[in-house]
Amino acid sequence: MRKFVFRRLLQLIPLLIGVSLISFFVMHLAPGDPTSLFTDPNIDPMDLARIRANWGLDKPIIIQYFYWLGNVVRGDFGTSYMSGQPVLKEILERLPNTLLLMVASYILTLLITIPLGVISAVKKGKWFDNLVTVLSFAGMATPSFWLGMMLMLLFSVKLGWLPAVGMYDPLIRDQGVGVRVLDLIRHMILPLTTMTVLSLAGITRYQRAAMLEVLNQDFIRTARAKGLPERVVIFKHALRNALIPIVTILGLSLPGLFGGAFIIETIFAWPGMGRLGVLAIFQRNYPLIMGIVVFSAVLIMLGNLLADICYALVDPRIRYAKK
Amino acid sequence: MLRNKFAIFGLLVLGFFVLVAIFAPLIAPYDPGEIVESETLPPSFAHPFGTDDLGRDILSRAIYGARISLTVGIVAVTIAILIGTLFGAFAGYFGGWVDGIVMRFVDVMLSFPSIFLILAIQAMLTPNIYNVMIVIGLTSWMGVARLVRGEFLKIRELQYVEAAKAIGCSNPRIIFRHMLPNAQAPIIVAATLGMAGAILTESALSFLGMGVQPPMPSWGNMLMDAQAYMRDAPWMAIIPGLLILVTVLSLYFVGEGLREALDPRR
Repeated sequence: MRKFVFRRLLQLIPLLIGVSLISFFVMHLAPGDPTSLFTDPNIDPMDLARIRANWGLDKPIIIQYFYWLGNVVRGDFGTSYMSGQPVLKEILERLPNTLLLMVASYILTLLITIPLGVISAVKKGKWFDNLVTVLSFAGMATPSFWLGMMLMLLFSVKLGWLPAVGMYDPLIRDQGVGVRVLDLIRHMILPLTTMTVLSLAGITRYQRAAMLEVLNQDFIRTARAKGLPERVVIFKHALRNALIPIVTILGLSLPGLFGGAFIIETIFAWPGMGRLGVLAIFQRNYPLIMGIVVFSAVLIMLGNLLADICYALVDPRIRYAKK
Repeated sequence: MLRNKFAIFGLLVLGFFVLVAIFAPLIAPYDPGEIVESETLPPSFAHPFGTDDLGRDILSRAIYGARISLTVGIVAVTIAILIGTLFGAFAGYFGGWVDGIVMRFVDVMLSFPSIFLILAIQAMLTPNIYNVMIVIGLTSWMGVARLVRGEFLKIRELQYVEAAKAIGCSNPRIIFRHMLPNAQAPIIVAATLGMAGAILTESALSFLGMGVQPPMPSWGNMLMDAQAYMRDAPWMAIIPGLLILVTVLSLYFVGEGLREALDPRR
């Protein structure tokens, strides 16, 4: 197991180099550079040249890439053009906010999707199953940003129950922990709901399919034949086996969840890495964009690795086959 | 049986939208860019979907928007299918180092949150409708490549491929004339679902202002305009979103119907 994890971690290195190489060249091959965003027509060309030299933009792209890579290996992601802060610091400040949303959404998704998929599979073809199927498709077909807008329209604009944007109410900064946590939860509800609906639909379909496949197998018939109550058959014999593929799906759905975070954080002005990333793109903030690409890629890859490890842990067949 | 009803529903809706898109100039009551009334009028008989923040007829804009959104979806998915099929076919047929390189490239591309990559590329290029189609196509072929590779790995072992090799067919001939036609069922399903994804991506891009540019109407950029008028003109936000939802949902239904019809295992 340890060897397997180590080998997989080593495989991440070429992947990461590929990811950073592609993003670096895509950004720098485009005409213009961040200084083209300076709109002041009276700017001294000498100043412009000095800024470009300062940011390393006057060197050939390949040199710039290796320069960047060398710094990253030493833990230096450069400084953000706009704020002058180290990129690493800026990302690490925002990352917990994104992870908070994502982890909460994962947990919520699992809590809803497992029972839904199981009942749907057991009641295959009945009205409940059909309802869940139609709703899952509708969930997959809904643009996340539009769902966010609609929730905002209903709960913030019309009903006035929940705050539309942001993460904290600045007015209650000095109050007790309890009040602040409650405030955070109130701010979280809408983005969390949007993000959860986004991943809910697809995973419910997988859970249903996995459950159906297991229910068709011989050992389920055996369990029923020896007179076990249906409850035990479903939850002990079937569900345990049907959960295995879900572990993989959770890993595979990570890029989608990250993609969702970029858009959802932008609509709800949630101060996370996604919103930072979209801003960085609009400002052509190269070091920050690169930093966020690398961070997202690492998190996605680690998520997949974790899924693979869990897969081996929950399925003894894989563990023993490896030996 | 129930699935098939859904698929037929989807087909009808899509057919309707395609007709509307083709005959947009004949159907639309107004020019999509024309200012016909005062701003943000709620839906009425004269303007069934109301008017937008500039006083343009939303129904007419939605009709022309169907043109844009469907075109982007079709072209983007065509690009993705071409690239994915080519890469997947070569990887699956030749195996060995060709397979290794192609699949590592697929892994790298799958490690990006794709919307971020697309946004970044769009920001560097001039965002316009052609770039939207190309960029979405170039960043969504990976699933198809994996799928086609899997099919080719299976087909490669079949006797007719061996027979084709034995009578001296060239590799491209075996790939394109003999094997590809036998792998087309899953590709067609993937194309349908891929088009749904492309339409969603286009709407998200246009919503963020990095996709189809005004004054050209797309369902996504109509939603962008709507953002500032949520309180006073909610219909501006509700209608284009529902249109995207119904279109994408129909594509999913058709895709699932095709999958069931074409997949002999179920």
